Amino acid sequence: MTPDARQIVFDNVSKFYGEVLGVNKVNFSLEPGITSLVGPNGSGKTTLMNLLTGLIKPSHGAIYVLGLTPQQPIEFFRQVGYCTQFDSFPPGTNGYDFIYWPLRLHGFGHDQATKLTNEALERAGMAQVARRKVAGYSKGMRQRIRLAQAIAHHPSVLVLDEPLNGLDPMARAESIGLFGAIAKQGMHVIISSHILEEVDRISDRVVLMSSGYVVAEGQIKEVRREVRDHPMQILVRCSNPAALASAAFELDHVVEAKILSDGQSVLVRTRDAEQFSLLLNKIVSAGLVEVDAVAPADDDVNSIYQYLIGSDGSPT
Amino acid sequence: MSLQESVARTQSSLKEQPWRLFASQISILVRNEVRRNLFTRRRIWVYLLALIPVFFLILRYVLDKGTSPSQLEDDTFLLAGITFQLYYIRLGIFFACMGIFTWLFRGEMVERTLHYQFLVPVRREVLVVGKFLAGAVVSIALFEAAVFACFFLVYIRLGSAGRSYVFDGPGLGQLGSYFLVTALACLGYGAVFLALSLLFKNPIIPGVMLMGWEAVAPIFPSWAQHLSVTFYLKHLCPVKLPVEGAMAIFTIVAEPVSPFIAVFGLLCLTLAILVLSCFLIRRLEVTYTAE
Repeated sequence: MTPDARQIVFDNVSKFYGEVLGVNKVNFSLEPGITSLVGPNGSGKTTLMNLLTGLIKPSHGAIYVLGLTPQQPIEFFRQVGYCTQFDSFPPGTNGYDFIYWPLRLHGFGHDQATKLTNEALERAGMAQVARRKVAGYSKGMRQRIRLAQAIAHHPSVLVLDEPLNGLDPMARAESIGLFGAIAKQGMHVIISSHILEEVDRISDRVVLMSSGYVVAEGQIKEVRREVRDHPMQILVRCSNPAALASAAFELDHVVEAKILSDGQSVLVRTRDAEQFSLLLNKIVSAGLVEVDAVAPADDDVNSIYQYLIGSDGSPT
Repeated sequence: MSLQESVARTQSSLKEQPWRLFASQISILVRNEVRRNLFTRRRIWVYLLALIPVFFLILRYVLDKGTSPSQLEDDTFLLAGITFQLYYIRLGIFFACMGIFTWLFRGEMVERTLHYQFLVPVRREVLVVGKFLAGAVVSIALFEAAVFACFFLVYIRLGSAGRSYVFDGPGLGQLGSYFLVTALACLGYGAVFLALSLLFKNPIIPGVMLMGWEAVAPIFPSWAQHLSVTFYLKHLCPVKLPVEGAMAIFTIVAEPVSPFIAVFGLLCLTLAILVLSCFLIRRLEVTYTAE
């Protein structure tokens, strides 16, 4: 792969910690927009982000961010902001200084650094508490002040490791809105998260990881296509779930039909959704059941994730 | 002009003047590190280390006012031998530099804050220089103040003879030499400990080995002695101690070299070790779980 000035490129990247695998043979390139890294703990999401930002070096392969590498730190870190998962801060620092001094290291003068600091604090909703010591912040506030630091210098690539952790629902919604706004400016936003529903809603594409490997990558619908061989889940809410489940089991392509605990729904796993729809039409026409609702239950990251990784992706 | 445009403009102008940027980054790093290293309770033990001889000399000043004709020479040897060469050079500055300089990077690894330094547009070599200078400012300021206090307490006790020795005799020149040796000791030991902290997870053991090396270096061949910090410092100490009698144990026996070679040699050694540190920092990865 050749470096592209608009893309983030992972070119056959592997990272080993001694004999322990971090990530292996990662190959993909990302266009601007929101990309979510999804995977369970230990799947290699943070390793991938640390590799991307040069905190660790690949054992094999190369990474290019907008055509740059971390070996060119001055150009590279003007373009990249990284909000890490490390919940630690320089001792005795307050929120304002935490953002202001790194901006001074960027080369901004006092006035410009002050403006950028205030702007970042406003965007992260931390302006009111900026002069308080970070040690006295709640977990959510610490998360937001790190986010403010990462966006303060107007980077073109924003890397966020579990950015929604510790945020209350309101702050979470605001952060998601902020990520969306940043992505709309033509920037790269790379997010890792366990909160799959939220990631699903805001992502342009997803990278699924398991045990150090990228198991699928692309737009959510594309990823869904990649796993077409896997059964699709359809949720049917009806008057007689037992009858529907019984009829569904007679079809070869139906792998599973499960009556849910509410007693009014059946979750069907089928390899042929069209055939199942025809069956459903027949049953309804015959008056065996009254159907209230039919919905695909797996056209989201959570389901894809379940297919590929064999887990529901819940926080562990 | 919007903030976005002003950011782009600043970045573009800095690109054209990298040395201005490096200088500004170094001054900011020094300022932040000095605040972090000097004005903190964590450094109280370093203050104590610097001030122990001062406390003893204050006690002596208060309790023993008597002076005799031979007191000036005895006190000059006391200051040069026990206080300066034995305590400050071999113990005080050595251990304080171990604490200050090893903490510059290793401390940030322990506190899990090093990634903040690595995620800003600062070359890692600039980071090494900035942190080293900060450590040097802290240690030099502290120990030069302590050495000055000792010098002052030794000679003020001697009344007019002491004043005459300082202002009309070799006193001020000796004080200047003490300052020079103190500064060079801080730079030399500082560079060594900074490099050790980048080489080893626990630099204490190699630090103790270094102390052993500094003690036995004089018995090694000439070329090997050049790798010792005390080798250079010995030749710059202003008062030559008697090599016989009780003071002999405080002297550092080394092959004679000129003061110019001593200063130049130690600065070269410091620079070489800093270059090694720059090489090491480029390879450093932030993996806090290993700490």
